[in-house]
Amino acid sequence: MSTPMKHSSEGKGADRMISMAQAIREALAEEMRRDPLVFIMGEDVAEAGTPFKVLKGLVEEFGPQRVIDTPISEAGFTGIAVGAAMTGMRPVVDIMFGDFLTLAMDQIVNQAAKAHYMSGGKWKVPMVIRTTMGATLRKAAQHSQSLHAWFAHIPGLKVVIPSTPYDAKGLLKTAIRDDNPVLFFEHKAMYSMRGYVPPEEYTIPFGVADVKREGRDLTIVAIGRMVHVALEAAQQLAELGIEAEVIDPRTLVPLDRETLIESARKTGRVIILDEGHQSYGVTAELASVITEGAFYYLDAPVVRMGAMDVPVPFSPPLEDLTVPTSERVVETAKALCGRA
Amino acid sequence: MMSTPGPKIRAERSGYLSIDGEQWLHMYRQMLRIRRFEEQVNELYLSAKMPGLAHLYIGQEAVAVGVCEALRRDDYITSTHRGHGHCLAKGASMDRMFAELLGKAPGYNRGKGGSMHIADPDTGNLGANAIVAGAVGIATGAAFSAKMRGTNQVVVCFFGEGALGQGVLYEVMNMASLWKLPILYVCENNLYTEYTPYHEVLAGEILDRPRAFGLHAEAVDGQDVREVYVTAQRLIERARAGEGPAFLLCNTYRYYGHHVGDIDRSYYRSREEEERWKNERDPIRLLGSWLLQEHLADERVLEMIDREVREEVEAALAFALNAPYPDPDEVRRHVYADEAQL
Ligand SMILES: Cc1ncc(C[n+]2csc(CCOP(=O)(O)OP(=O)(O)O)c2C)c(N)n1
Repeated sequence: MSTPMKHSSEGKGADRMISMAQAIREALAEEMRRDPLVFIMGEDVAEAGTPFKVLKGLVEEFGPQRVIDTPISEAGFTGIAVGAAMTGMRPVVDIMFGDFLTLAMDQIVNQAAKAHYMSGGKWKVPMVIRTTMGATLRKAAQHSQSLHAWFAHIPGLKVVIPSTPYDAKGLLKTAIRDDNPVLFFEHKAMYSMRGYVPPEEYTIPFGVADVKREGRDLTIVAIGRMVHVALEAAQQLAELGIEAEVIDPRTLVPLDRETLIESARKTGRVIILDEGHQSYGVTAELASVITEGAFYYLDAPVVRMGAMDVPVPFSPPLEDLTVPTSERVVETAKALCGRA
Repeated sequence: MMSTPGPKIRAERSGYLSIDGEQWLHMYRQMLRIRRFEEQVNELYLSAKMPGLAHLYIGQEAVAVGVCEALRRDDYITSTHRGHGHCLAKGASMDRMFAELLGKAPGYNRGKGGSMHIADPDTGNLGANAIVAGAVGIATGAAFSAKMRGTNQVVVCFFGEGALGQGVLYEVMNMASLWKLPILYVCENNLYTEYTPYHEVLAGEILDRPRAFGLHAEAVDGQDVREVYVTAQRLIERARAGEGPAFLLCNTYRYYGHHVGDIDRSYYRSREEEERWKNERDPIRLLGSWLLQEHLADERVLEMIDREVREEVEAALAFALNAPYPDPDEVRRHVYADEAQL
């Protein structure tokens, strides 16, 4: 039914159930062992291993020459990474909270994204920017944003959002080997989530969506942590006799249009879930891709469920209203399937 | 102890004593208010009553208090992620602060901001800010506007030494100097930017940086509220008189972790170091023993202040714990200033 490549964490040995943080760490360590040009830079990445402890232990193995603590200078060190990438290195930049990408925006959008094109293909910028996303952690408006749509909007940047430890490891290794600037978004609430990761080496190609659950009545396209919201909803829907298919694009750029369209043609009903703001965001783009590709097969308009169009509030009861939940997905799905 | 003080010390001593004893006692109380407020914040975290995290200011109280004591109520401040001390010193009340930290409706910002975003126009607080150096533009802009509007207001821009890594600080200091803006940049060097000793990520001398833009720059012992106050007072009045911006480096120390959850700190600093600062350089104890020594207060007065502050904390906390959460409709309010039209 599924190749090990596609279905990551189902039914495999419990001996290699590791956390998302550990999967990311393994990917970095393996790539740094394989290629001496790979290095990490960012704030508190060395001894502290980042505030999320994702990089814990890497400085011990690779030393402070390759796991480099920077000043709080996002524009500066991202720019340095762009220059280092253009001249032969393969930097992995750590931007602690995705919200701080704004400080490095010129370096990413005007420099990294365009150097290859503007030079007529002469310069390459093989770098990865690892950063975080996600709300509901009570971190308020400047530490909770999910800004991936901005980067997916800029030609020249690739955008990756893993939803399982297996995907995170395989995709990060691919990102490091890619010759383009890649934005790699990790959800803060998922670092401790565990999943199966095989002991042997593997990579996951960009542009291949993963069907996380098969179903015939409804397609739920979801990204990052929303994949788990979708899976929970699908579970509840199954009890009501509605079989939802859950698809994780895994990379927004490049995007696996075919898998999304094919599923929409099969089920005729689609919900798209994302933790970025709903307006002008990823849900809009995916809805339009699906509508263009599956218009005559759709039984209803594609439904978008993004984050509420408000800055993320601190107060817990307010914050919890801003992101899609499995309960709300179930309600929406029932209505979509005429079962409300 | 008994050796004859040098001329500088003697001058400082008479300078300090020329200030009304009541004012020193007020500063003592203000420092204690911050200390006790934050001890309670830590308790709230440890007992899982507070959502999220908070960055405690304990150990650095003399900076906020010494500087804000030299400000008028209508002067402005901007603050940081470690902002409770600045907000309280500028006049915030504890009950609404606690309420904000708990995400409750009567909080300063209706629970929408939380610990890192306390803002209050009534006390001239333009806002704490969770982006390192995030408020330096705002502060400089407020100084620009005060000058344009001719209001005589001064702005104090608080930030940690970590903000020295951000380019925007240099952009605005350049303009502040060019345009002689009424602003005091207060840099609190507490030795660590999160979990990294500052000298590992900072080249050269700190004071050389503002001086390169022609700012007047000085350093003080940030544990000595007397020195902070007297110096800040001079630099603030200098700015108010139109003589231009200044930069005040306050050498200080935070006693707790980077935030309340940063409990094992052994990989970046030693327990001995922490104990040394607490035992030998505590700003509240330093001022307290000076007040006793100069007979500006006796033990009884200091104890009474402590008791009153504890009562204030207790009442404020009870207010916040009993306060309701915001109405769910609140989530969509205040996205735009003209919400009625949307
Ligand atoms: C632009 C930006 N980068 C990184 C962070 C994460 N961060 C929060 S506090 C901090 C350290 C700040 O150090 P400092 O300015 O010295 O203030 P302190 O915490 O010591 O009071 C960092 C890196 C942030 N909030 N904003």
